[in-house]
Amino acid sequence: MTAPARPIEPRQTRVVAWRPAFMRSVPLRLSVLAICLLWTLPTLGLLVTSVRNPALITTSGWWTSLFHPFEANQWTLSNYQTVLSTDGMGTAFINSLIVTIPSVAIPITIAAFAAYAFAWIPFRGRGILFTIVVALLVVPIQMSLIPVLQIYSAGNLYGSFLGIWLAHTGFGLPLAIFLLYNFISQLPRDLFESAAIDGASHLQVFIRIVLPLSIPALGAIAIFQFLWVWNDLLVALVFLGPGAEVRVLPTALFQLIGSRGGSWHLLTAGAFITMVVPLLVFLLLQRAFVRGILAGSVKS
Amino acid sequence: MAVARAESPGLSRFVLPIAGLIGLGLCVGGLLVLLDPDGGANLLASIYEALGNISGATDLRNGSGDQVIAKILLAAIALAVGVGGIWLLFLGVGGLVSLLQPKWRDRILPWVFAGPALVLLAVFLVYPAAGTIYRSFTDNHGQFTLANFAVMVEPEFTQILRNNAIWLIVGTGGSVLLGLIFAGLFDRVRREALAKTLVFLPLAISLVGASVIWGFVYAWQPAGQPQIGLLNAIVVGLGGEPIPWLTTSPINVFCEIVIMIWLQTGFAMVVFSAAIKGVSGEIIEAARLDGASERQLFLRVIVPMIRGSIITVATTIAIVTLKIFDIVYVTTGGRFNDDVVANRMFHEIFQFFDDGRGAALATLLFIAVLPVMYINLRNFKRQQAEG
Repeated sequence: MTAPARPIEPRQTRVVAWRPAFMRSVPLRLSVLAICLLWTLPTLGLLVTSVRNPALITTSGWWTSLFHPFEANQWTLSNYQTVLSTDGMGTAFINSLIVTIPSVAIPITIAAFAAYAFAWIPFRGRGILFTIVVALLVVPIQMSLIPVLQIYSAGNLYGSFLGIWLAHTGFGLPLAIFLLYNFISQLPRDLFESAAIDGASHLQVFIRIVLPLSIPALGAIAIFQFLWVWNDLLVALVFLGPGAEVRVLPTALFQLIGSRGGSWHLLTAGAFITMVVPLLVFLLLQRAFVRGILAGSVKS
Repeated sequence: MAVARAESPGLSRFVLPIAGLIGLGLCVGGLLVLLDPDGGANLLASIYEALGNISGATDLRNGSGDQVIAKILLAAIALAVGVGGIWLLFLGVGGLVSLLQPKWRDRILPWVFAGPALVLLAVFLVYPAAGTIYRSFTDNHGQFTLANFAVMVEPEFTQILRNNAIWLIVGTGGSVLLGLIFAGLFDRVRREALAKTLVFLPLAISLVGASVIWGFVYAWQPAGQPQIGLLNAIVVGLGGEPIPWLTTSPINVFCEIVIMIWLQTGFAMVVFSAAIKGVSGEIIEAARLDGASERQLFLRVIVPMIRGSIITVATTIAIVTLKIFDIVYVTTGGRFNDDVVANRMFHEIFQFFDDGRGAALATLLFIAVLPVMYINLRNFKRQQAEG
């Protein structure tokens, strides 16, 4: 910084006020940069390794390849080819889609109807039933595993897609009902009163007024449920099992760790395959996701 | 809002329920396909036969051929039956009910709307929770016993409980603390959105995926060999001996908790960041005028004002860490003195076939969340009373 030789009054105060602020902001910026680097490096290492030549991975750290990125022969996509075909990540990917899409759509539909009833249709037992929903919000999923597994064994639902759809629906319902109730019950009362005067039934009010207005909330909950189902290992292991025909991506990745323990070129490629869809959903819909988080947590 | 005007009552009164009932019939058929493990393949085979593709149909019935298409068909049916069926159920039954006299209609309709959810909650949460508690107090012959809980005082289990306590305190505390610090720091830089996205991003990654990512960071090779794990490369670069992070007790517990903190800090940060932006500028200005330093401002003014958000985030993360399963199951299986309740429960059920002990472990988790349940219910009641 070059200070003026003969500073005039107002300008000097500006410079003096500005320079310490700038100097003080350097450690701030450096620490923010360091945090971002620290948070990104593990994932970056995974990505870089997944496209490196397998022979190089065991002999040198992934970061060394960043110093000479233009040596083309160190990069390869063969790791992805191998895990997708021989290690069955391709089938698992399709299974994950098959498990996830109904497991998101079904609970949200059911929850929306229930939330509307809890919010706007008076009925006997409404208060106590909704209190039970609130109580169920925090009940650990572990409480359900053994009895539901017994039901599934008796009903031949173990290892079936139908079984896992139902399980994810049941487990996802409390949060979906609770968040949708918070949203739907806040809609202005006038809407419902004028609709009732017009002679609209509850079904019509729900379809024509409540659903269109609830799209932001429905979207946020859909993202939650999608991430939860897509990333879930426990429910998939317990109710779908490890069979190659039905296993989903987290199960397949876990089995890959067991069978290919030290083969980091395959593990990293496999891990990235499990991550790519949620990362895309997340990056594209970040605003809706954040809105959902804030609606769910700031309220209370 | 003119959109909600009722339609002319004549025909549509009957169209809706009839369409609903036809749809319900289709749904029952779809359900039968879904219940059959090879339903998708068999259905596709029938379609192939109808189209004259006999060899394709035979392949499918033998478990080969276009299995992927069969699976996608199955998923399409599931979506149609699941979502379509639910809608038809609501529309059909709702339509039928609206034909009834108003007195009956008003009594039955709420149960049509909330019924499916209530049934599912009962089957998947309420009944199982009661069953698990009951099972935890019975032996294999259905006799009352306390043995499943008595075993928890043995060293094998006290270590598990201790590890869970460490997870709860360090995992929750670490995520909340870092989330607060990051929210405070990022609030003052220009590229705030980018920095927040980078810290937030791991929240989209599965715990299994995160365990692979960090397993690679923690990777260990014997001394003298090139270290391909970032952490050991740094340790060796600084002149130390490489450490097998995930198999060395007790540091492995903390290494696993780091994975959780890495995932959850973004969540905490986003909530805190929004809360900080909600603190009124006037209060901050007033504190500055009173001569508060930036650190004092943050610790003495902002943090107390967002206390509500901090408590909410802390309880949310505490519940997640309490139930932690995936990270331990994937990284070590809990074999190196790093076991936790949920992982041990899984092994009790599927490896030792001891449902009673598994149920007791689940019940311990349930007891641990009871205070949070109580707080939630109290807040909800208060909110109802205000609204």
